[in-house]
Amino acid sequence: MAKSATLAVKDGKIRSSINALLADLLSKQVVEAVLVPLAHPAGNNVVQSLVTNPDYLEQADVFAPVMPVNAGRIIQAMTRLTPANKKTAVVMRPCELRALVELVKLRQAQLDNLYLIGIDCPGAYSVSDYPKYAAEKTSDDFVKAAWNGKDDPMLRAGCQVCEYPVPLMTDLTIGSVGQDLKKQLLLLASTEKGEELLEGLGLTAEEDSQAAAQRHTAVDQLLNKIKETREKFFEQTREEIGGADKLATVFGPCIKCQNCRVACPVCYCRECFFVSPTFELEAEKYLGAAEKRGAMRMPTDTLLFHLTRMTHMAASCIGCGACEEACPNAIPLLKIFQLTGTNVQKLFDYIPGRSLEDELPPTAFKEDELEWIGEK
Amino acid sequence: MAEGNNGFEPKIIGFLCNWCTASAADLAGTTRAQYPPNLHPVRVMCSGTVDPVYLIKSLLSGADAVMVGGCHPGDCHYVSGNYKARRRMAMLQNIFESLGLDANRIWTRWISASEGPEFAAAVREITEETRKQGPNPLSTDWAL
Ligand code: SF4
Ligand code: SF4
Ligand code: FES
Repeated sequence: MAKSATLAVKDGKIRSSINALLADLLSKQVVEAVLVPLAHPAGNNVVQSLVTNPDYLEQADVFAPVMPVNAGRIIQAMTRLTPANKKTAVVMRPCELRALVELVKLRQAQLDNLYLIGIDCPGAYSVSDYPKYAAEKTSDDFVKAAWNGKDDPMLRAGCQVCEYPVPLMTDLTIGSVGQDLKKQLLLLASTEKGEELLEGLGLTAEEDSQAAAQRHTAVDQLLNKIKETREKFFEQTREEIGGADKLATVFGPCIKCQNCRVACPVCYCRECFFVSPTFELEAEKYLGAAEKRGAMRMPTDTLLFHLTRMTHMAASCIGCGACEEACPNAIPLLKIFQLTGTNVQKLFDYIPGRSLEDELPPTAFKEDELEWIGEK
Repeated sequence: MAEGNNGFEPKIIGFLCNWCTASAADLAGTTRAQYPPNLHPVRVMCSGTVDPVYLIKSLLSGADAVMVGGCHPGDCHYVSGNYKARRRMAMLQNIFESLGLDANRIWTRWISASEGPEFAAAVREITEETRKQGPNPLSTDWAL
């Protein structure tokens, strides 16, 4: 079904081969802008950047193991009011693409004129860990090491148990799984827009290539291995956080700064209930509430905040782990949200970020479902 | 009222739809049906207006159980409010189960305006079950 072409890895250099391809997109006027991670001149970060001059694409580094901000959020900021007025290619990780799909369904972002380019994602480190890696190794080293089966304990919590490190919805995938990375990458078009990119680049696309078949097999193996990892992870998580006592312990260090909410790419409300006037109370209300119990933790409503956010987010949680990265007190939010999120998603047979057609579970219903609710 | 569990009297907050369950509660009252006084009713215009935060806040501030009472599926005055409520209730229970919290303190009942006796029976059932479970650990912890 899907058409693909190969991208030769020149002189064994993955990063510069991809960058040349991206520069071609601009210089051959296939698109007018590219959103892509560029290496920060200081060397300590790699940041999503909107590029119109192909010269800057020498600094691009799509496999650099760091994801400071989920790019779904960035595209939301760009397109919430009006869609892109110029053809723009956006190079994103699978969890960023999934966030974007959820945001489109939540009417927070628009895809018109965007060309979604997804990468097979080898994962990322925390922003604070990245400079240590970058001082010694390159992104080429990183992606080569990633697919030969080594587990990397330094990866972000989200990446450790990432369910879909391959894109679920893109126009074009830069495939690295199952490829001989000394020689080539796979460019896999899954939509007409993707084929348009290949054509514009002057690449001949073929149906059912051998490289595409190899990726397919390798991806299946990878996803099966991930399933096992995740089952163990869920078991451990239930042990670690299950029950009122343990949950109280887990949220003991919470300062209710709400960084987790702000960093979440799919937390969608324009005005969060938890910063609304509902929580601006007169002193007598605080004192009255305290009197009922004898003592009341301040700031109030820490667990209320987390549980309520879960009811808003669980169906759409893509497991990127941005919440945990943002927490100043290392609360294992990714674990908690993935445990609750995955179960809610199973309940509604919903995979966030898979397609624009699947309805968001909280906005939809079926007449014949969930019959046990309300039964005696 | 019968006392068990060391005199523990459960406190139950019920969010009752104006068009059905709240009317059933009135009917139960006017027909003098017997049921325990543990349910504190809050009248809402439709089960579909009950945000999960009402239920969570109740369970975190003194309630031992919460209940949503709505029209039978298919009979919602606003066509589909109770179908949406049903998804929310399923989701909230599912989240509580995942976290090892007491999902069985969260109740849903579809009771029409004419079902006074059914309302009384539901309140009896919820009160008895909650009495067996004992006090809600979430509602007494000052540090949550
Ligand atoms: S969560 Fe998955 S897709 Fe996102 S950066 Fe980590 S490995 Fe990549
Ligand atoms: S970021 Fe961490 S400390 Fe801040 S509100 Fe979220 S869990 Fe609490
Ligand atoms: S009007 Fe009763 S549940 Fe909607």
